[in-house]
Amino acid sequence: MKKDDEKILFSKSLIRTKELCEGLFYYDNHNNREPRHEARVKKRLDVKTEPETTKETVTSGQMTKLETNAVKALGVLDQAGDHMSEQTPLPYSPLTLRVPEPQCRPGDTPDFSNMVVPAAGAVRRPAIDIKASEIHDMAYSIIRILDNDGEPVGDWAEDGLDDDALRRGLRDMMKVRAFDARMLMAQRQGKTSFYMQALGEEAIACAHAKALRKGDMNFPTYRQQGLLLANDYPVETMMNQIYSNAEDPLKGRQLPIMYSSKEDGFFTISGNLATQYIQAVGWAMASAIKGDTSIASAWIGDGSTAESDFHSALVFASTYQAPVVLNVVNNQWAISTFQGIAVGEGGTLAARALGFGIPALRVDGNDYLAVYAVSKWAAERARRNLGPTMIEYVTYRAGGHSTSDEPSAYRPKEESTAWPLGDPLERMKEFLIKRGAWSQERHVQAQSEIESEIVLAQKSAEKNGTLHAGNKVSASEMFEGVYKEMPENLRRQRQEAGV
Amino acid sequence: MARMTMIEALRSAMDNMMERDKNVVVFGEDVGYFGGVFRCTSGLQEKYGKSRCFDAPISESGIVGAAIGMAANGLRPCVEIQFADYVYPAYDQITQEAARIRYRSNGDFTAPITIRMPTGGGIFGGQTHSQSPEALFTHVAGLKTVIPCNPYDAKGLLISAIEDDDPVMFLEPKRLYNGPFDGHHDRAITPWSKHEAGEVPEDYYNIPLGKAAIRREGQAVTVLAYGTMVYVALAAAEETGIDAEVIDLRTLVPLDIDTIEKSVKKTGRCVVVHEATKTSGFGGELSSLVQEACFYHLEAPVVRVAGWDTPYPHAQEWSYFPGPERVGNALKTVMEDA
Repeated sequence: MKKDDEKILFSKSLIRTKELCEGLFYYDNHNNREPRHEARVKKRLDVKTEPETTKETVTSGQMTKLETNAVKALGVLDQAGDHMSEQTPLPYSPLTLRVPEPQCRPGDTPDFSNMVVPAAGAVRRPAIDIKASEIHDMAYSIIRILDNDGEPVGDWAEDGLDDDALRRGLRDMMKVRAFDARMLMAQRQGKTSFYMQALGEEAIACAHAKALRKGDMNFPTYRQQGLLLANDYPVETMMNQIYSNAEDPLKGRQLPIMYSSKEDGFFTISGNLATQYIQAVGWAMASAIKGDTSIASAWIGDGSTAESDFHSALVFASTYQAPVVLNVVNNQWAISTFQGIAVGEGGTLAARALGFGIPALRVDGNDYLAVYAVSKWAAERARRNLGPTMIEYVTYRAGGHSTSDEPSAYRPKEESTAWPLGDPLERMKEFLIKRGAWSQERHVQAQSEIESEIVLAQKSAEKNGTLHAGNKVSASEMFEGVYKEMPENLRRQRQEAGV
Repeated sequence: MARMTMIEALRSAMDNMMERDKNVVVFGEDVGYFGGVFRCTSGLQEKYGKSRCFDAPISESGIVGAAIGMAANGLRPCVEIQFADYVYPAYDQITQEAARIRYRSNGDFTAPITIRMPTGGGIFGGQTHSQSPEALFTHVAGLKTVIPCNPYDAKGLLISAIEDDDPVMFLEPKRLYNGPFDGHHDRAITPWSKHEAGEVPEDYYNIPLGKAAIRREGQAVTVLAYGTMVYVALAAAEETGIDAEVIDLRTLVPLDIDTIEKSVKKTGRCVVVHEATKTSGFGGELSSLVQEACFYHLEAPVVRVAGWDTPYPHAQEWSYFPGPERVGNALKTVMEDA
């Protein structure tokens, strides 16, 4: 390093030390703290009284009085001042904090050119009992079946669904979208307080539902309404819950859309993030302990993988080889925070599983066929007692996080249309038409049928009341179900409340 | 009848329950092969197999989270948190999940789990092996909180906790594991084998949750205590000669308010004792309840004796621990106040 560069570097570090030193002085003054070591504070005061020393030309290898005092004040150096002065400065720039930023913000042209999208059919289908160590590459790729022309290709396309099941898949996704649209509108009309749609992600829950069996248990997040709808859970019951009306199965106690149905393999949604991930692993462990045949399916979003419960879940799943499918829905956005804040600038969410020895696949989340095939593979592994599998679904949250969110404040409006994996409904429709199993006419008719079904259910649900109008759940319900049997203090409080 | 330590009594409770109900599983850090750092689960893995009693990773949120999932799938997990001081990583799972699953799902799912943990000080455990976090649980709707003070109760209450269909926080005063302790740390220890409450049936029995026990009948003042402090209060009554009625609450939630009211209305005075820090401790709740229910019967203000509002110190343990002298002084104070 040149002598001059060395001088500049050393001067810079000196200035930083001075700032730090004054920072400490400020801290002491403003907190009225009794100084720990009076002598040190005195030295700091010396620094304040001799500001001109900062203008000294500093030469490498020498420590000025200011520098020595500063270091002493920081407690780094007590007795060994002379020794420290012999240390040569580091040949690096000062440290800076790196905060990941998304490619685009509002006003920018959406750009996904950094995203590597492999050709459909390019990623192999491994043996069901494969070791995680043999498929590390798959945690960094994307399994796709439907190619850009809507043709199913590759290993994963084999033993697929028949025409009826495929048509059903499309209808399920259409139903979720229509349901979401109506409920979003109902929230805007003040009929409920809150709603969350799955726009653009419909394929994931709808196709995954078809890969499970009755008796299996999902531990969903708030964006897997497709699990219920694809299994013919009554639309009206979901609406009763959303409206918190007299027929709400959860008696008005839980936030809208946080459904629960044990019968339908749908664990009560928490609303707290990631907690359900480790619970799913526990459920799966219980299945193994009991010698049962059912498996669990855990759900989490990209943002929540940063929670410690995600880590706990992977530890337990790996240690006990629990029969669980570990689903990660990477829809790119956690409210306003892009996925890079959870995963960092390198690697993928799926790759997090590799350190645990858990096989991890990444899949095109907007490809119904791929989601089904990969879910089926992972569920099969669990059912054969081969242990957990992680699946990262690469998708895009086309709508807001919830009705309380306005995405145009933090991402370009056109970003969802630029998303390279397209729209799951459109892709499925195009594929089915090409296959000769569907037509534009049938599509229009199906759309109309589905909308009628939703509207009819909504009318029926609204007869039971909405959040602020019509029939309501009794206020006394608030005191029920805290415990199996109501304790004395609650009995007294219910009496006091007069309900 | 067999004499047991509290450790043996707790083990016997788990043994009985594992034998009676195949859905009872026991796990936690070091509880499997080794049988727990306090030996409470010793022999259970050998007897019931590795799938019903096993070691868990050092992950308290994982232990409780997994237990919740197991309970949702029909099991009845009884898990050990190695020290109450380590329960905090699981606090989210306990308070936001276990406590609320019944409520939020309208009974569709429930969380019948028991979370055991050694609590309290007196063993020179310093700030990470001495805490008494019971008030952090009593404050949460949906949880039950139990603290036994002798082997007989420990077994009967643990059986009730495991059988309960709601989540139960089961705090075991570790200073009582091997014998009663009245705070006189300089005196010889009496083992449970020489104490009548060390008599524990080997067979199944239970003690219902929510019922207090009167450990000493008295007319002058009511002392509300639980865990180790029961013995400290008894010693203080003997040493001051004040005719105190010492109530062992046994269960903090649900609370036996009737026994408390009846006693305070009789004596007209009340001292509340716990080892946990004073501010926002469960003693604040107790003294409020007493003044709400018994104000016109009170001859003196309710006095609290508790741990100082500091972290649990190491070398200063006996200056921190609310011993019989401090409790005795409180008894004298409420008696002087006429």
